[in-house]
Amino acid sequence: MSQPAKHRETQKKVLSQADQLRRAQDEILKYAHAYGLQPFRTVFELVSHDEMNEIASYGGFPTRYPHWRFGMEYEELQKGYSWGLQKIYELVINNDPCYAYLMKSNMMVDQKMVIAHVYGHSDFFRNNMWFSQTNRRMIDEIANHGTRLRRHVERYGQENVEGFLDAALSLESLIDYHSVYSPHRRRARYEFAEEHEASGVHKLKAQKGYMDRFINPPEFLDAQRKKIEEQFQKKKRFPEEPTKDILEFLIEYAPLDNWQRDILSIVREEAYYFAPQALTKIMNEGWATYWHAKIMTEKALKEGEVIDFADHHSATLGMRPGAINPYKLGVELWRSIEERWDKGQFGREYDECDDLSAKRAWDKKLGQGREKIFEVRRIYNDITFIDDFLTKDFCIQHKLFVYKHNSQSNRYEIADRDFEAVKRSLLFRLTNMGHPVIVIQDGNFRNRAELLLKHRHEGVDLEVAEARDTLRNMHRVWQRPVNLETVVDDQPRLLSYDGDKFKEEDLTSSGA
Amino acid sequence: MDRTNTYIKKIEKDHARFREIIRGQIRKDLRKYISNGEMIGRQGKYTVSIPLPQLRLPTFRYGSNDRSGVGQGPGDVGTPIAPGDQDGHGGPGGDQPGQHILEVDLTIAELAQILGEELSLPLIKPKDRSSILIDHEKYTGIARVGPESLRHFKRTYREALKRAVATGTYDPTNPVIIPVREDKRYRSWKVKEMPQNAAVIIYMMDVSGSMGDEQKEIVRTEAFWIDTWLRSQYKKLETRYIVHDAAAKEVDRETFYHLKESGGTKISTAYQLCSELIRKDYNPMEWNIYPFHFSDGDNWGSEDTKRCMEILSDDLFPRVNVFCYGQVKSAYGSGQFKKDLDDRFPKNEQLLTSEIRDKDSIPDSIKDFLGTGK
Repeated sequence: MSQPAKHRETQKKVLSQADQLRRAQDEILKYAHAYGLQPFRTVFELVSHDEMNEIASYGGFPTRYPHWRFGMEYEELQKGYSWGLQKIYELVINNDPCYAYLMKSNMMVDQKMVIAHVYGHSDFFRNNMWFSQTNRRMIDEIANHGTRLRRHVERYGQENVEGFLDAALSLESLIDYHSVYSPHRRRARYEFAEEHEASGVHKLKAQKGYMDRFINPPEFLDAQRKKIEEQFQKKKRFPEEPTKDILEFLIEYAPLDNWQRDILSIVREEAYYFAPQALTKIMNEGWATYWHAKIMTEKALKEGEVIDFADHHSATLGMRPGAINPYKLGVELWRSIEERWDKGQFGREYDECDDLSAKRAWDKKLGQGREKIFEVRRIYNDITFIDDFLTKDFCIQHKLFVYKHNSQSNRYEIADRDFEAVKRSLLFRLTNMGHPVIVIQDGNFRNRAELLLKHRHEGVDLEVAEARDTLRNMHRVWQRPVNLETVVDDQPRLLSYDGDKFKEEDLTSSGA
Repeated sequence: MDRTNTYIKKIEKDHARFREIIRGQIRKDLRKYISNGEMIGRQGKYTVSIPLPQLRLPTFRYGSNDRSGVGQGPGDVGTPIAPGDQDGHGGPGGDQPGQHILEVDLTIAELAQILGEELSLPLIKPKDRSSILIDHEKYTGIARVGPESLRHFKRTYREALKRAVATGTYDPTNPVIIPVREDKRYRSWKVKEMPQNAAVIIYMMDVSGSMGDEQKEIVRTEAFWIDTWLRSQYKKLETRYIVHDAAAKEVDRETFYHLKESGGTKISTAYQLCSELIRKDYNPMEWNIYPFHFSDGDNWGSEDTKRCMEILSDDLFPRVNVFCYGQVKSAYGSGQFKKDLDDRFPKNEQLLTSEIRDKDSIPDSIKDFLGTGK
């Protein structure tokens, strides 16, 4: 008899925890609104650590398609959790309504902090323009993907489908990251212009035959003819312009079965969905941290909770020596922007002021800080954010540096504290999300339907062995020889794979 | 509740699939992408790694001439911030994704727990000898006197607060509490009698010419883990070391791992010495006894092997929990001895034999030995 009684008791406890949380949620939302945040309606779910790990393994979507890499993720999270190495505090999904997960075992003060943090993210998802093109019903869409994939598995076999999915995931990053805002990538793209005749230069009509030479000077006609010819040539190129959205190209032109095309499109759609989160990592985490700190310290925190809050808050902002913590960098940048616009520390007059002490004491009492950060959260991404707001003073104050590997001592060392160098390195890492830029140059290379990819080399070589394996996966999709133009040790090279052998050509000698 | 259940099943499927790939049972094409990631734990001055296999699909990514990044913190140009690594991947992390190295401090007990879970080792059921009792101190009580190092801060504070409120000296606007002597509370212990749980491991190793450094390294690693596990199971654990070639002698731990003899191999000498040790120092009524013998499987001749069998069945089996024989593969060893043992004692549950082909098969071998829970 004691068993059911005990059970009822625990249920009662869970209920009261849910009630407490609901109360906290309402309270914090009220504060968030008062500060001007406009989050989506946000649904919080209370889960155990095991469920949390599972959901996190699926990138926040429990209904995601089945794949071993989520299982791998899960093993890592489970091990990390059970040995007390790591623990997931917050998990929030960009969707309308927004979904967020709270861990049952967390202390109340943690829950409040997480709720406030989540509202920060939710506001950012809703209002930052880089998210404006994302699917706000992604939860449904992802469940759809799961169903479709499972159906393919049933019909075409596990090994077969999984093998192709692996190949597709190996190409996952080959999308045009910086176009995520552009509605262009959704445009229907079948506009067939009429082909021009090379000779069809439009001549102006001359009344008198002898005037023709002056009205339509031969040089002009030649130039026109050339231009048309060029355009014509361009039309013959395939693709017309080199494209970064390689996945899209493959979906449209590779000789695939429909289920394979479907898998590629699933992978591509999810890559585009997750891209803005990676594009705004520093801003987004900084923003959420800024607001949870503000809401907690100014409003929601009870006296008894101060110590625990300070402890956990500082843990999120903690830094390992020599590493950048996006939460920390982000929140400090937001605070710096707010302060500068409150005090008017911007613009020509301030920039041109040479007097350090005057600069330090500079305060025009503009009070535009709050307004400015809301504007920035609307239109910036990490690259423009760092580019515009990472100042020299900030760099010095926060002790930023560039590190490099010293091959003699085989260790990483501080290489430079110069502001320009720090900024350049940060921006390089953010460009194209830290992936090398690869485009499709020619879909009919050598006039044999071979694929020519080009790596836009910017000083850093590819990992060649892996590039070859990636080419192998590319071949699995394209099914004709694939080639990659790149630079290895300052030498232009062409890596090729024809389905059987790899080849590496030196392009300096061939003059290509 | 329903949904929760489907959640669990789903990820477990993906996880099982991942494990199968890692074990090489399916999708052999992915094998080359498996890397042995790890979480790093520290045990005293040693670091230990918790294996974390990773399977990373190839992508176009920057190669090794990009080994730089941005960090934050004090230090001049040239200050080292992190050690490099063996194969040139990774870095100090931070802005680079996919870093899986974590450092933690682990106690031996936690290590043993991890080992146990990794290999799903059963807990050991000691032989039933609850007759031996020893005194055991447990800090469960509270006393008014005691050394300052045992002062119970919370209780002391509470007493002081109670006194302040009762005497009216408590001021809410300035809540300073100063404990006096009467307020102080100390932890105190009670003595309990508990049954003794003691074990001894007797390691025996063949140090004849055919056991090379590689073989010894394997024995050393395996012995460390066996130690760790048994230590977590027994309050008191002793270890003894015997080396043998054509003759056997007892040595200390240091010598055990580093001694190199040459010459023939007479395993029976070691078993003889082991049996004498037990008779002299370890009464089987009081001790759980674990002899471990490692060799490359060569013995002097069938005559000596026969002698070994006799010692095992007459002297050792009646006294020990289990007798473990690990055969390390070496270029010179014939590997005959394990076969002889298995043939002679086919159904004896007190004999555990295991073949250790290389370093990677150590976990399997540990499981062979400790997986029975004896």
